[in-house]
Amino acid sequence: MSMSNAVVRTTELKQLDFEQIKKKQRTKSFLKGMMFLLPSIVLFSIFLFYPLLRTIYLSFFLTDAKGVTTVFVGFDNFINMFSSPIFIQSIQSTFLFVLYTVPVTIIISLFLAVIANEKLKGIGFFRTIYSSTMGISVAAASVFWLYLFHPTIGMLNVILGTLGFENIGWLTDPTWALIAVSVTTIWMNIGFTFLILLGGLQSIDTYLYESADIDGAGYFYKLRRITIPMLSPTLFFVVTVTIINAFQTFGQIDILTQGGPQNTTNLIVYSIYREAFVNYQFGSASAQAVVLFIIILLMTLLQFKFGERKVHYQ
Amino acid sequence: MSQVELVGISKSYDKQKSVLNEIDLSIEEGEFFVLVGPSGSGKSTLLRMIAGLEEITGGTLKINSNVVNHLPPKDRNLSMVFQNYALYPHLSVEQNILFGLNAKKVDKKEQRKRLVETAQMMGLDELLKRKPKELSGGQRQRVALARSVVSEAPLCLMDEPLSNLDAKLRAHMRVEIRRLQKRLGLTMVYVTHDQVEAMTMGDRIMVLNDGKIQQVGKPITLYNEPANLFVASFIGSPKMNLGKAVYKPDLRQLMIEEKLAIDVDSTYLDILSIHKNLTIGIRAEHIFPCVDEKQTHQLEVVNVEHLGNETSIAFDIGLELWTAKWPGQWDINVGDSVPVHITMENFCFFDTKTGELIRSANVGRKQEVAAI
Amino acid sequence: MTMPISKKIIFYVLLAVSGIIVFAPTLMAFMMSFMSNKDIMTGSLPTSLSFDNYVKAFGQFPLLKYLFNSFFISIIIMIGQLLLSSLAAYAFVFLEFKGRDLLFYLFIATMMVPFEASIIPNFHIIRDLGWIDTYQGLSVPFFAMAFGTFLLRQNFRQIPKELREASQIAGMGDFKFYLTVVLPVAKTSLITLGVYGFLTSWNMYLWPLLSTTNDSVRTVQIGLKQLQTQEQLNDWGVIMAGAIIVVIPTLILLFLGQKKLQKGLTEGALK
Repeated sequence: MSMSNAVVRTTELKQLDFEQIKKKQRTKSFLKGMMFLLPSIVLFSIFLFYPLLRTIYLSFFLTDAKGVTTVFVGFDNFINMFSSPIFIQSIQSTFLFVLYTVPVTIIISLFLAVIANEKLKGIGFFRTIYSSTMGISVAAASVFWLYLFHPTIGMLNVILGTLGFENIGWLTDPTWALIAVSVTTIWMNIGFTFLILLGGLQSIDTYLYESADIDGAGYFYKLRRITIPMLSPTLFFVVTVTIINAFQTFGQIDILTQGGPQNTTNLIVYSIYREAFVNYQFGSASAQAVVLFIIILLMTLLQFKFGERKVHYQ
Repeated sequence: MSQVELVGISKSYDKQKSVLNEIDLSIEEGEFFVLVGPSGSGKSTLLRMIAGLEEITGGTLKINSNVVNHLPPKDRNLSMVFQNYALYPHLSVEQNILFGLNAKKVDKKEQRKRLVETAQMMGLDELLKRKPKELSGGQRQRVALARSVVSEAPLCLMDEPLSNLDAKLRAHMRVEIRRLQKRLGLTMVYVTHDQVEAMTMGDRIMVLNDGKIQQVGKPITLYNEPANLFVASFIGSPKMNLGKAVYKPDLRQLMIEEKLAIDVDSTYLDILSIHKNLTIGIRAEHIFPCVDEKQTHQLEVVNVEHLGNETSIAFDIGLELWTAKWPGQWDINVGDSVPVHITMENFCFFDTKTGELIRSANVGRKQEVAAI
Repeated sequence: MTMPISKKIIFYVLLAVSGIIVFAPTLMAFMMSFMSNKDIMTGSLPTSLSFDNYVKAFGQFPLLKYLFNSFFISIIIMIGQLLLSSLAAYAFVFLEFKGRDLLFYLFIATMMVPFEASIIPNFHIIRDLGWIDTYQGLSVPFFAMAFGTFLLRQNFRQIPKELREASQIAGMGDFKFYLTVVLPVAKTSLITLGVYGFLTSWNMYLWPLLSTTNDSVRTVQIGLKQLQTQEQLNDWGVIMAGAIIVVIPTLILLFLGQKKLQKGLTEGALK
């Protein structure tokens, strides 16, 4: 036989040698593991961990327009930031924006997912329609809504006009601008949220519903007692993801309002962008980025703690 | 010549939990060796250590008299069949069979030759182009076997290969695997939790429990002379009937489970006087119906199973449930009181504390193994 | 179980009304892209439909160039993500080595760092590398991806360990096993992740805005912004034509892969 010499080749080995061989094998498997992980680790280090540390570092300095640190100012950037009415407003707007967008997104998506989960003819068509906004980019969606919000020819004001109401300056009136941006965001979010919630609904065991049917439970009873509780992990996931996304909002603002009017839509990422790349204040922009990082960190930790996600990943 | 030799093999995880303890074992060339035990006994771990898939914590493993502790699986010149067959779902039957030869860069012509031979032997000629998911459970099993056969490795390891098949197919494959092993002269190490498989297939059996060897021997030896209470209750279906026995010297009787009184033969007096805590065991076929035999006891029936060729009757003996197996069909109902014949010479004696066998049944030795 | 007709009607009405509302902005943009500016400004129904707006959009802007850039960058990112994520996922599932769990936590930790929060140093890095206005500057930072690694890890874990063991006995190395067994077997989830990666890359906005200064590598998203801000006459038809061009590739991809995407994302996110 051609292969039997592999075993014959080996000579008697002493117990001591085994330990050495084992050690060698362990080193080898460590190196192999690192080979597979190295590309990811290197890129994470360059484009994630280092920039993060660098952001924190920058937040203690003043910089020139090129981003080179000039003066160490300690916590001054943070102190100035929290005493700046513009930043305070930015934080307020951001939280308000989260409050406007998240619950409404979830409720609408949940409603759509529930009605799209029925076994009806042509349901696939509706599912595709509902998830379609996921395929529409921030830029395109913002352009769509920019038209809809247009003061004179925009569809929304035209409808208001025919109903006999006064025109609203959706994007120019400080009371409406944040709402207008929120509406756009909610519309954009629906696709993804719907898709995930539908997935959650479909993974609920049909036996639960069948047994409830035998007990004579009504539609809303089943919805309340089976669907929502069974969906809660998915809901939790979707809520945190939507919140995190809301904190990271940028594109809509850039196209729709550029942070205006009167800074009412100057959300945190847009504020960072403006501070860094328009005013070239990299130090104070970094301080804002640190605040953003802390907020996201807390949200993610919250999710890991309550979302059982960590358990699933183990 | 012994093909596989284990000397003081141990396995522990994190230097704490010991899974296998000082296993010494020698498997002969061309032998069908079965490792049997309940789940968690460490039998699969042992097999995987032989295969090289699991690190050996202590001891020496030799294959063909060479120490192989440090060798990766591919250099041990063996083949393995897994419980779930481990067929590659994206490859056809043919590609699956040739997978190992390809990996070892065996010459294409040689591959062809072996493929044709093996496919014919295993009756897979018609299925070579199919994917695993288009095969039945039995066919998949056959592909897994073919993969092992085609490697021409002299040592074959099998890890519960039949447990995913239904009962009928399993019985059939038992015979087929056994035949294949003999025909190719393979040395087989076969792991199962099913004692019927162990009994019917093995040249020799090793019973493993809690990481310790309970007994190694021929199937009949294990059945007749179980080394301890564990083997007694594990091997054989139904399991050996067991009961705590107390000797009453004044009556010259043995009380079993405080219910069954048995007259003591004088030849047993020495055992009874040395050992105080005794457990006795009796095989189901040794609780005889009273036809020719003299009635010794009258027992109440708690359950009857009619199997057609034989009848299995259950009795309450104190806290234990004893089963008797009588050939033929018996018209007995639950609640009936039936006369039976039980004698001491059919008893195996165990030490209750250690569980070790003290003396096996007389009859076992002289009657049941008929020589041809 | 069959539903009574009355209930069916209620559901269809709900489905249809919701569908119209959700799809209205897209549909409206689609209509407008074929309408003349006069019709749009007066708010009348379309009197004539034509491709004029598309012709104009392509004529006045290097849209074709933008489209190519977006395609190229999205595909590069997609391939990079698939490669790096699958390699990392393989290590986490099939390899055992010291420090593996620690590295896994490191991967989890990356999910807590939003790209937006580290965008300033990232911009400086790309600038110092001379990668502004280059394809690599637009794509390389996104190759490593914790979500993709988790999604594939989840999927690789469904591959029976025995497959790896059987290949070990046959003498196959890890890299070859990864290439010839794991990748083909996990094809479906690779496609899912690929579609997701392509979608998100195509729709990227902030980073291309920062790291491109001219048309050479500018993506179609930024192009759309340019179109919108530079179109002084408020020629909405042309803007919408641009927007429709931007969304058509992703919508097609989404329509084709909706089912898989839904399954894949739910699994990656929750299981």
